[in-house]
Amino acid sequence: MAIRERLSGNEAVAFAMKQINPDVFAAFPITPSTEIPQYFAQYAADGKVDTEFVTVESEHSSMSTCIGAEAAGARAITATSSCGLAYMYEVLYVAASMRLPIVMAVANRALTGPININNDHSDSMGARDAGWIQLYAENNQEVYDNYLQAMPIGEDPEVRLPVMVCQDGFITSHAVENIELVEDELVRDFVGEYNPEAALVGREQPLAVGPYDTCPYYMEHKVQQAEAMKNAKKRILEVAAAFEKMTGRKYSFFEEYRMEDAEVAIVLIGSTAGTARAEVDALRAEGKKVGMIKVRVFRPFPAEELAAALSHVKAVAVMDKSECFAADGGPLFHEVRSACYDLENRPMMIDVVYGLGGRDCATEDIERVYNRLMKMVETGDRGPVYNHMGQRDLREPTV
Amino acid sequence: MSTMTEIRWHGRGGQGAKTACLLLADAAFASGKYVQGFPEYGPERMRAPITAYNRISDTRCTIHSNIYHPDYVVVVDETLLKSVDVTAGLKETGAIIINSERSPEELRPMLGGYAGRVCTIDARKISEEALGRYFPNTPMLAAVVKVSGVVDPERFVQDMRASFQHKFATKPQVIEGNMKALQMAMQQVREG
Amino acid sequence: MIKASDIHESCAWQELTPGGEICGGGTSKAVKTGDWRSNLPVWDTEKCKQCLLCAPYCPDGSIPVKDGKREDFDLYHCKGCGICAKVCPFGAIRMEKEEEK
Repeated sequence: MAIRERLSGNEAVAFAMKQINPDVFAAFPITPSTEIPQYFAQYAADGKVDTEFVTVESEHSSMSTCIGAEAAGARAITATSSCGLAYMYEVLYVAASMRLPIVMAVANRALTGPININNDHSDSMGARDAGWIQLYAENNQEVYDNYLQAMPIGEDPEVRLPVMVCQDGFITSHAVENIELVEDELVRDFVGEYNPEAALVGREQPLAVGPYDTCPYYMEHKVQQAEAMKNAKKRILEVAAAFEKMTGRKYSFFEEYRMEDAEVAIVLIGSTAGTARAEVDALRAEGKKVGMIKVRVFRPFPAEELAAALSHVKAVAVMDKSECFAADGGPLFHEVRSACYDLENRPMMIDVVYGLGGRDCATEDIERVYNRLMKMVETGDRGPVYNHMGQRDLREPTV
Repeated sequence: MSTMTEIRWHGRGGQGAKTACLLLADAAFASGKYVQGFPEYGPERMRAPITAYNRISDTRCTIHSNIYHPDYVVVVDETLLKSVDVTAGLKETGAIIINSERSPEELRPMLGGYAGRVCTIDARKISEEALGRYFPNTPMLAAVVKVSGVVDPERFVQDMRASFQHKFATKPQVIEGNMKALQMAMQQVREG
Repeated sequence: MIKASDIHESCAWQELTPGGEICGGGTSKAVKTGDWRSNLPVWDTEKCKQCLLCAPYCPDGSIPVKDGKREDFDLYHCKGCGICAKVCPFGAIRMEKEEEK
């Protein structure tokens, strides 16, 4: 029987961490993820976990501590946001290239500047090429569930990649909502022990890690990483199937909501999907054929599967909660549009950059996006591709 | 959707409006509801106006935006009436609950023509009488439950006793004071 | 587990360890740095007093010491830097041009 509770997203992550009881937590606080090490420190102080709780002096050090611990054969975790994630930038690549399946909770927050503490996805999107698996959540339940699945995915010998478990800072990290928790014993069985084939400590076989990689080897090691990311796709689905068996909750690369006969669709990431879900229901009640795709796995990117899911749709709005200043759209848009290139009947596609630095997105905003899409289908005129929504603007709004 | 109740809290940093919002979420959760309780975050500044929100429903609420058309508004500090448009978007079928020693009739003219129910509760007086100190949370929470009916009041009193017993396990003398504040507030909330 | 000794520059990516992990200890012994040598140290046992000053100066550990006495150079690893010849107080080590073999 699942445990009925009400927890904030941060509490849910900390609770999952407690249930997993990892070997090392390297902690450095930053809003809005600070509560995660805070709750965990209490568990450690109360003797509810056996974890070595290491308080370090920066995020560069927290990630470096995780790297050392994980290479030693321990299960190491941390949590961060925004500038903290940026400060790890160099060592994120080290963790991934050393193939250390560290799991990091991210409460997504705008990456300075101008300085801002509220939610958008610019922090983890900025790290999208670091070689980490990235899972995103709509709410506290999903971030908890994703956290429980992260280690079985990342630690698989065919994968061996670090995992970011992301949720929207404040919007879900600090919102208390109902949640169903999994019993401790089930979590322990599901996540299992970390037992890598080779490790620095406690093995007969000596090991050296992180060597300088000369030109004759570097390319090969990068191909290994690329192949591991491909393998992760298979593993993500296997773990999701096992998780569904345990909890009844279904996960995949993305969730399709009322897409079967949809003529127009929104593709987005994170908590706004819940707001969009309510708007889809409202528009469906008016007979409008609208659907929504919520991307859960951004790395590896499920390009083929997304293209298939969008193949019957006439118009798509990709909603980006981060800028990449390409002057033609955000990162999610680039990848979704690229994924659809090989479709025989490509849908019309626009990008809507929204919600930066915590700018709120209500059902009325989602309605405006669907209205734009329906107008595109009606007139056959796509209009501007690259749009921003929610800003004060002296020009006529395009969404 | 039709069963969903949306509540917006206005308070000042450090006054406990966020805590009251989370306590209401707890109470509604305990009565079997689906809840959301979340503050509108920014840098934390003591005494600056803050907003917090509740959604309470029989089914899971997926919307993750702020609340623009609340059923109920709670004002924890009446000085906010001068500086914040507290009735913005407030449904006329709902109510506003203000912490004030004044009557609803006295405050209505300050509410920008709001035509719904106006309720007041003197949380300061109740808190000082029952607890000996000014903690507006408990009386405000009780007033919201009484006015909105979002949680069955009897069930609420029972759940709160259990909650206080847990929370103040090491300070049992505080439990009765809080229970008294709760009951006084439910009796003394004024509607106009 | 792929052993360090099985890794070389002709290996395909599938034949390499993940992240370039090196499985096995003392693997630098297998690297033939003697190939890098263009000057050859020659030991004159007549002049050598076995003071052993040369051994700790050698940056590559190429002067083996056994039972308190040095032995002849480990030419598999000696890079021919000449430090030993420079520090020898007795002129017992001279550097010669490495002959093509």
